[in-house]
Amino acid sequence: MKRRTSLVKGIDWITILIFLLLIFFGWLNIYAAVYNEQNHNIFDLSQRYGKQLIWIIAAIFLAIVVFLIDEKFFFFFSYPIYGLSILSLLVVLLVGKEIHGSRSWFEIGGFNLQPSEFAKIATSLALAKYMSSYNFRIDKLKPVMTLFLLVMLPMVLIALQPDLGSAIIFFSFLLAVYRAGFSEILLLIAVVFAGLFILTLIIDKLFILSGLIIITYLALWFAERKVRYIAGALIILGIVVGVIFGLNRLFNMNMNYYYIFAAGLLASLPMYLVYAIRKRIRNIIIILGCLLISVLFTFSVDYVYHDILQEHQQQRLNVLLGLESDPLGHGYNVNQSKIAIGSGGFAGKGFLNGTQTKFDFVPEQSTDFIFCTVGEEWGFIGTSVVIGLFIFLFIRLIFIAERQRSDFSRIYGYGVIAILFTHFTINIGMTIGLLPVIGIPLPFFSYGGSSLWAFTILLFIMLRLDAVRMELLR
Amino acid sequence: MNTYAGRKYIVTGIILLVGLIYVIRLFSLQVLDSSYKFSADSNSRQTKHLYPARGLIYDRNGQILVNNEAAYDLMVNPSQLRSFDTLDFCKILNITPEDVLNKIRETRNYSYYKPSVFLKQISSVTYAVFQEKMYKFPGFFVQPRTLRSYPKNIAAHVLGYVGEVDEKAIEQDSYYQMGDYVGISGIEKSYENELRGEKGRKIVLVDVYNREVGSYQGGWYDHPPVVGKDIVSTLDAGLQEYGEFLMQKFRGSIAAIEPSTGEILALVTMPNYSPDLLIGRARGNNYKILSEDTLKPLFNRALMAQYPPGSTFKTVNGLIALQEGVISPLTEFECYMGYYFENIRVGCHSHDSPLDFIHAIQNSCNAYFTNVFRRILTDPKFSNTEEAYNNWRQYVISFGFGNLLGTDFVNELKGFVPGSDYYDGIYGKGHWNFLTVRSLAIGQGELGITPLQMANLSAIIANRGYYYIPHVVKGIEDEQEIDERFIVRNYVKIDSIHFEKVVEGMDLAVNGGRGSTAWRARMADIIVCGKTGTAENPHGEDHSIFIAFAPKEKPEIAVSVYVENGGFGNIWAAPIASLVIEKYLKDTISRSYLEEYVLKGITSDQ
Repeated sequence: MKRRTSLVKGIDWITILIFLLLIFFGWLNIYAAVYNEQNHNIFDLSQRYGKQLIWIIAAIFLAIVVFLIDEKFFFFFSYPIYGLSILSLLVVLLVGKEIHGSRSWFEIGGFNLQPSEFAKIATSLALAKYMSSYNFRIDKLKPVMTLFLLVMLPMVLIALQPDLGSAIIFFSFLLAVYRAGFSEILLLIAVVFAGLFILTLIIDKLFILSGLIIITYLALWFAERKVRYIAGALIILGIVVGVIFGLNRLFNMNMNYYYIFAAGLLASLPMYLVYAIRKRIRNIIIILGCLLISVLFTFSVDYVYHDILQEHQQQRLNVLLGLESDPLGHGYNVNQSKIAIGSGGFAGKGFLNGTQTKFDFVPEQSTDFIFCTVGEEWGFIGTSVVIGLFIFLFIRLIFIAERQRSDFSRIYGYGVIAILFTHFTINIGMTIGLLPVIGIPLPFFSYGGSSLWAFTILLFIMLRLDAVRMELLR
Repeated sequence: MNTYAGRKYIVTGIILLVGLIYVIRLFSLQVLDSSYKFSADSNSRQTKHLYPARGLIYDRNGQILVNNEAAYDLMVNPSQLRSFDTLDFCKILNITPEDVLNKIRETRNYSYYKPSVFLKQISSVTYAVFQEKMYKFPGFFVQPRTLRSYPKNIAAHVLGYVGEVDEKAIEQDSYYQMGDYVGISGIEKSYENELRGEKGRKIVLVDVYNREVGSYQGGWYDHPPVVGKDIVSTLDAGLQEYGEFLMQKFRGSIAAIEPSTGEILALVTMPNYSPDLLIGRARGNNYKILSEDTLKPLFNRALMAQYPPGSTFKTVNGLIALQEGVISPLTEFECYMGYYFENIRVGCHSHDSPLDFIHAIQNSCNAYFTNVFRRILTDPKFSNTEEAYNNWRQYVISFGFGNLLGTDFVNELKGFVPGSDYYDGIYGKGHWNFLTVRSLAIGQGELGITPLQMANLSAIIANRGYYYIPHVVKGIEDEQEIDERFIVRNYVKIDSIHFEKVVEGMDLAVNGGRGSTAWRARMADIIVCGKTGTAENPHGEDHSIFIAFAPKEKPEIAVSVYVENGGFGNIWAAPIASLVIEKYLKDTISRSYLEEYVLKGITSDQ
């Protein structure tokens, strides 16, 4: 039939090549990571490399099947698939199997399936469908809120399992949404807040508050250029803080300085605002608004860090930020990982010769830390080749996404890129000590059936959409 | 919608940027920075734990009660095993070849590359022989440990024992790992944190054959082990030994306290067990045997058995009555071989009548004290029995009864002194009075007192009105002070002038000649003051009780002795107490006839 032949012509063989290369190189490294002299039969099903081989063969079949599904199916059933995915996330919270403290798995006939992996596909589809719909406007509040909810819903459900690592991946949709027209300013604000977040953890609250106040005054100066505003504001602040300080001493309330300052600020804010509103000086109102939000933000970050984050999470952050250095405690994984990678040198120690991985020094070496085996056995050559392959894959996918005529296909494509890229960034960043330890697999590389199949489906839906791109208009 | 097409360059840029950063970082890690390479370059790190010696335990005079002995665990690293002479191996270790195969399989399953225990606690002799031949058995090495040893085989309950830590303890305190030792009872447990010292850590670089080739980062992350702190207990080893010796044929306990400090001089429980039984490999089995023994040798009677105090409690009621002013020392009551009221009788043995307070104690007159108790509970200044009872109970509690004393034992018991709500529950509020609870007058009924609390009572009387919380440790190495609570005087709510009368009575009880209930305790050269008790036992022969202190002025020792099924207090408890006192004060026994009598124990014609 006419359709079939153009399908075959439409397959992007380059992507498929990279896909296969990554999968098999990944498998090779899993073999090396788990290898011991006793069991070296590659088909040994009790070992991880044996199982991974099965997953890979299954994944190839899955890829073919997905590719043969009519593209309209994905388009029309985006929302139902999303709904099903949400349902599965709810159900797993209730009857799922708990592994390592996290209720994230369904056990079906001896196999473990992770619904959170498939939720990524569903969310991409739903996002693409929504954003490509006729009435969608990205600059209006209601649609943006809906987008927000579409992503938040699965994210929260996954975080409840609890599986914070997988939940964090959903932030990757920011990238896709950005490409689709999301406001740059908002993105910038997100970056500023990220910076503020990190600063809050490193520097004491009081300094940040003082810094923010100083910046505010500077902003006021630049906005209005009237000395009397600044002077007046300073005097009011000084008086109020002084009063509170005095009250503190008088009643022996033992408030720490941060609270005194913050209270002073809050008390004087109404006075400024009243003045500004009376005089209709819009800039002051805006600047003060920003100040207030920033202060609230730093306060809540501090609160979350100290009172909500659990100790091991706090420690991971601390290790990353250099606040804590404990090579045998919480920095252990990362330190071992860096040692393993670093010890590979330029050309690596050779296949099956990795001492660190061989002697089980790197934990989780076939899943989250699979990159270590690459680093140790294949050296810098190996690691840059792998990175190169991934980057090449992403660029190729961007190329494919851009040549789509249908918005749905393009946006979905960017969803795929975003997800894969985020996994790549976090996983490798973690093994080389640039990001905190978050349990995320490396796509197509790490051991694991659910993640391999999910990524495969994710990718091949896109390839299908691409193969028929000349016919789609929506 | 495609108006934002320009953004594709930004996205591409971000991706390329991340790729570049990572490649640069990898270059730095792998090619530029050689420290990782060096530390991993066919050298791998191994963390070795260094176990410190546990603190020793001494008696108050510096004799060693608990010592350490070296022990050796035989470890194996399966990945380094090569074929070896199994026959020779088995001969040295005294195990069968099947054992060897099974054990190797076990350890291989646990971890192929990490060492684990092959055989626990081989003797030092075996170790010496094995040492010589170790080169023939690659993959095996020895890890030194320490085990407890008991030079004097005494005070098993007080000292406690040490065993391997269980999962719960590991959860509660992350200091522990599987295979660590921890104190499980007695002083070993209550002072675990001081005794255990601090594990040390050594990180070494090992080559592929697991041979140490150097220390990691120059030993920067190492820290040496800290030996456990030694503990000086308050026990007098000679006295403890003697007490256990005297009680051989009996079941019960002896508790001896130094009244001026609250230090426990001896705490004897019979039947007991030899502390040697719970050391090392044999412990598991022996513990099982001991716990199944119907005589319950593991049960620390001196601390945890709750008995009715019997007539010894008359001292308490007497003191309360004097304090409340419902009697005076001259008050007399008649005794018609018992106390009678309507159809109720509290029996008493034959003695002179009427008696005043001091002589009532000497003769241990039940009628007298039933009357005394009546006066306490029917005191007109209270509107009803319940109020009077609560008032009475308050005094009793202040003697340290019915509550935890706050000693440094982990399994101290409160004892039991019923509150008025207890009787309300049985008889209904307002439906009980002095007659209902009359047995409390003579220390029977629903009272549960432990032998340690009894010795504490003796100390209170010896001190004429106060006590120090009994404790079994008087010092920890390097620390001059023990817990503050042990140096505080706890006053009972009774004026010391009243105590003098009780002391008189107790003096007469031992030394007063005719009518004295405790004449067997009499010593020629030292004035011993004591009070007998006979606790009724519905299941058999009554229990023999005695509390005493000596010398009468400036007392140095206060004891309580409990002999189960021993009959009248005078028969066994009093002489045992007297011998214990003599041993402590004079260090020799001059009344060997008494000693022989006690050592013969309860025979059928007594």
